[in-house]
Amino acid sequence: MDYFIELVFSGLTRGSIYALIALGYTMVYGIIGLINFAHGEIYMIGAFTALIASTVLNILGLPLYAVLILTALAAAVWAAAYGYTVERLAYRPLRNAPRLSPLISAIGMSIFLQNYVMLAQTSDFQPFPALIPEFAFLEPFAAVVGSTDLTILAVSALLLLLLTLLIKYTRTGKAMRATAQDQKMALLLGVNVDRVISITFVVGSALAAVGGLLIASHIGQINFSIGFIAGIKAFTAAVLGGIGSIPGAVLGSFVLGLTEAFATGYVSSDYEDVFAFSLLVLILIFRPAGLLGKAAVEKV
Amino acid sequence: MLTVKDCRQALILGLWFMFLTFPILVIKVNPVEKTVVWRWPNMLWVGGVSACVYLLSRVFLARRAARQERIRLGLEKESKGLNLAVFRQPKVCLPLLGGVALFFLAFPALFSTYQLNIMITALMYVVLGLGLNIVVGVAGLLDLGYVAFYAVGAYSYALLHLHFGIGFWTALPIGGLLGALFGLLLGFPVLRLRGDYLAIVTLGFGEIIRLVLENWGEFSQGPSGISNIARPGFFGLEMSLDGSITYLYYLMIGMVLFTIFVVNRLQDSRIGRAWYALREDDIACQAMGVDKTRTKLAAFALGAAWAGMAGVFFAAKTTYVNPASFTFLESAIILCIVVLGGMGSIVGVIVGTLVLILLPEYLRALADYRMLAFGAVLVVMMVFRPQGIVSTVRRTYTLHR
Repeated sequence: MDYFIELVFSGLTRGSIYALIALGYTMVYGIIGLINFAHGEIYMIGAFTALIASTVLNILGLPLYAVLILTALAAAVWAAAYGYTVERLAYRPLRNAPRLSPLISAIGMSIFLQNYVMLAQTSDFQPFPALIPEFAFLEPFAAVVGSTDLTILAVSALLLLLLTLLIKYTRTGKAMRATAQDQKMALLLGVNVDRVISITFVVGSALAAVGGLLIASHIGQINFSIGFIAGIKAFTAAVLGGIGSIPGAVLGSFVLGLTEAFATGYVSSDYEDVFAFSLLVLILIFRPAGLLGKAAVEKV
Repeated sequence: MLTVKDCRQALILGLWFMFLTFPILVIKVNPVEKTVVWRWPNMLWVGGVSACVYLLSRVFLARRAARQERIRLGLEKESKGLNLAVFRQPKVCLPLLGGVALFFLAFPALFSTYQLNIMITALMYVVLGLGLNIVVGVAGLLDLGYVAFYAVGAYSYALLHLHFGIGFWTALPIGGLLGALFGLLLGFPVLRLRGDYLAIVTLGFGEIIRLVLENWGEFSQGPSGISNIARPGFFGLEMSLDGSITYLYYLMIGMVLFTIFVVNRLQDSRIGRAWYALREDDIACQAMGVDKTRTKLAAFALGAAWAGMAGVFFAAKTTYVNPASFTFLESAIILCIVVLGGMGSIVGVIVGTLVLILLPEYLRALADYRMLAFGAVLVVMMVFRPQGIVSTVRRTYTLHR
């Protein structure tokens, strides 16, 4: 039974990380209908920025909590800057191009960013410091849930709540929803569409960066290629829930996380990634609109 | 030509990029020994280069706008850019073709075996590029898992040789057929999907094939791969190593010519025109009575068949296959060839291969920056020249009354 509960927690932890990344995909897709291939790379850059920031701050001798908060801030700020720049350079000029063009441009950006980090940093795995302290009150349950898992769950829940508030109750959120519904109409009604799209990229990137920081301190090592697999899995989660739908992305992430945890726990860990990909292929075949998505009717 | 405003913009841009690349490019940490290396010169480089690139692009764009203005006023004729019309004239075409043919025929005599091996690799990519061109360029289906079919071809020869001692010539059609079969297998379920979903699913499929090859040791010998695959034979004749490589080179030339012939004929065929129509507008295409699913499947299967055959050649060339040769990066390189050369254009694919495969081979010093450049090329081409280096000239008809 302990093993089962451990797997549930492991699945929920994975799921909440996927959710943080998947939200970026789903928000961008909802607004401009583009699969942002470079999103996984933004998450990786977030993790690297966190590694650099935390090491520098540690050497400066700051207390653990200050290091944690400043690191998270640095990761979010720089990842957001990268997200914004990528949108300006690679996607904005292609807004009215055929569908295939921005997609190829995004793949190019993803390859570019991976190699940029590999050349500027290192191609080896880098150990990531444990930033999250051990909680004393968790000691009796140490066999089933670690304090890192609990922190990941709590932080993700908080961020999801904040995002929901942003989208539901602020002017910016309203503008985002309007743009997602009908870009031209939003433009006519005075919404600065370019700015809304930029904000979407910034918010999505910052969330992914926090995800990167959390997963890196959970797993304990990072390298330049972690964004690729994580990106595809988060995308799978977004599609699973119905791409473009924010609650869908969260639900899909948890379904994917739990599936992976049980599949690797009870079947085989060699095929961890195969399970995710197979799940993706199956959903797309049987329910392309996802769990919470609506089937789009294409009008001529 | 440059205004003060441009210079200020360039300064802001330079500063922005300095800020952006600050953690990754400037700081390098060693988290174990807790040491930090600060590489400040990198920051100045980034700032300077990005400002210069911005100014250059401003000049370039201003000149282009000025030229377009002159064209509009009728002072200058519109230049068509690099297209194939010149090469269609027999006066230019025949000597050029003759020269190219002579060069490729004499290549083994002129250059070393090392050069020959590089050339064989390049020719292999030409075949792969032409195959992917059918899928991406002509039919407009973005396939990011193309390397999976390449792997299927390579492994089918390797395994058939290992278990049954089957030779190259039997394996070649089998590899092609198996590639096509896998193409259909993947195609059936996913072709109902929209373009971008298709891209992701093919990517996932490519990864699944690689992961299965890596983990299913009893079937594929896992990550260590299969070695001692036979080179192609010539009626049982014994050949020296150099001889067999030269032989493989000529086979590869034959394969490229065959591919060009088939692709060229396909483009003007009924199905080729259906592919173009499908790429431009699939709803209108369906309304005209084209069977969407069958047409798409045909593109997928044909593209995959070529990848399968190229895979058999790959196994025969290296005499060794392992899953590490079939990563997503390989798919990305092939896609890059097609995009850079010009989607849908045969000459474009050949030019693209020469640029992307041969250039890095001879610029070894820059080998580390190869993938970085590939990524940048994809973005820059999409933004500035989506039609590629060699734009396709669509066949046009003039109706006379």
